[in-house]
Amino acid sequence: MDWLFKPFHDVFMQRALVACMLIGFTNGFMGGFVVLRRLALMADALSHSLLPGLAVGLILFGLAPGGLFVGGLVAALTVALGAQFLARGSRIKEDTALAILYTVAFSIGIIIMFKVLPHLKTRVSLEDYLVGDILGVSDADLWVTFGISLFIVPLLAFLQRPLMLTLFDPSVARSQGVKVSALNLVLVISLVFSMIASQQAVGVILLLGLLISPAATMYMLCDSYPLMVWGGGVLGMFGSCLGLLLSYWLNLPSGACIALVLGSFFLIAYAFSPRYGILSRLLRRRHFHEQSLARWPGKSAD
Amino acid sequence: MTTRPQHPHRLSVRDLTVSYQRIPALHHISFDAECGSAVALLGPNGAGKSTLLKTLAGLAPRESGTITFHGVEVKGASTDFAYLPQREQVDWDFPTTVRGIVEMGRYLRLGCWRRYGQADVVAVEEALNAMELKPIEKRQINALSGGQQQRAFLARALAQEAHVVLFDEPFTGLDKPTQDNLKQLLRTLREHGKLVLASHHDLASVSEIFDQVIFLNGELIASGPTLETFTQENIRKAYNMPVFSGIDHGLAV
Repeated sequence: MDWLFKPFHDVFMQRALVACMLIGFTNGFMGGFVVLRRLALMADALSHSLLPGLAVGLILFGLAPGGLFVGGLVAALTVALGAQFLARGSRIKEDTALAILYTVAFSIGIIIMFKVLPHLKTRVSLEDYLVGDILGVSDADLWVTFGISLFIVPLLAFLQRPLMLTLFDPSVARSQGVKVSALNLVLVISLVFSMIASQQAVGVILLLGLLISPAATMYMLCDSYPLMVWGGGVLGMFGSCLGLLLSYWLNLPSGACIALVLGSFFLIAYAFSPRYGILSRLLRRRHFHEQSLARWPGKSAD
Repeated sequence: MTTRPQHPHRLSVRDLTVSYQRIPALHHISFDAECGSAVALLGPNGAGKSTLLKTLAGLAPRESGTITFHGVEVKGASTDFAYLPQREQVDWDFPTTVRGIVEMGRYLRLGCWRRYGQADVVAVEEALNAMELKPIEKRQINALSGGQQQRAFLARALAQEAHVVLFDEPFTGLDKPTQDNLKQLLRTLREHGKLVLASHHDLASVSEIFDQVIFLNGELIASGPTLETFTQENIRKAYNMPVFSGIDHGLAV
């Protein structure tokens, strides 16, 4: 039984577990808004766009969290707003513009990192940015993550009512005086914040799994918007910790384990959800078929 | 509700012009409509019926003109107006129930801060009862029939305490019993003192549902009480003439 409790005595693991709880909850909570607003593609684009911003921040300010933060924010917002600008002025749709801009940004990021990292006195590698290194999380990083969670979760909880109106039907919400564009901007900025908090731990590629999978799982399971948002947070927190522990026990990469655990939660819900799962749907159709046949005397069920 | 004799319960639209990308869709529309009545917007496709509803809802930018309700000018979005979109536009997989939809009508009044209190519960209950939704209040919205979906949105408008209900093609795609039920509910809304404006396609049912008709064809053809205005002459004018679009855009047919 010693192996079971060993990770809890390791100081790196203790820090990593706290990081998982914070990141898992914040991303899972945010994910509900992203899934309902159909921003998954946007989130994917934003996460990749962080890379050039982080690279420039690294050049200008070194490894200080503040510099990385501003760099990531500027890069992600440039891509998000740039895509809207391109889509507005031409026949190109926003998803197309987004795909072009974020791959360009991502490529620029890779090239800068490739050129710059070898000259810096740091052990950080490109791979750390792409898939994360949760065991390398420092106390300072934890405080930044904690601060971001403390900012995003209460803010979005406070804006819950207008956000719900916007997510349900943006045009009707706008007609009733809800500030839809401002709320969208708040969502995108919160998204960038939570991504910056998460990229250290799981990297810019895998963080999408933390964001989307718990919310999508809750979406398969429940019919209530508050339950989807808060439940997504709890599920994300639980799943991230489980993934981290599995990676420790099995000696596997942590980010991948976390994303895999959360992804398998979704697959289980997709199959077995009592109301919306594919298995229950198959069973229900059979049930209706028999009910219908029962209305016609003289016919049997085969 | 207090009466305000100096401000009649009336919606007044004066000289309204709306353009999409510099191409006008509605020209110099003026009409009046009283609260407690149902108004049909009639005209061919592209005549501007949906545009007029969206403009009243504050969703389309006006080029000129004024909209006055209860003697007060309406500048943009307003909770006095409830816009009910065509049903295909709504995400019916949104995780909420019939009651959840109706409660959203209260959120507008409450904003972010104020507590959801007893008055809100009462308003939601009344709206659910008025639209005969109480028995299915806990049902998920993707499990509703077409008529139930519309009743849910009407109940939301009631809970919002909107005075003007803007309805885009409410009767399209409903079967006969559901249409009859919706007619009854529109009568209920009128009795509640609401003003209902609806775009409508079925000319045969206009007289039995609506007190007033507005014929549109890019510009206003005619507006007035159904008995006087719903004439063969006006129908011919609205539907047989090409839609007026101000200038020739080089798209001669």
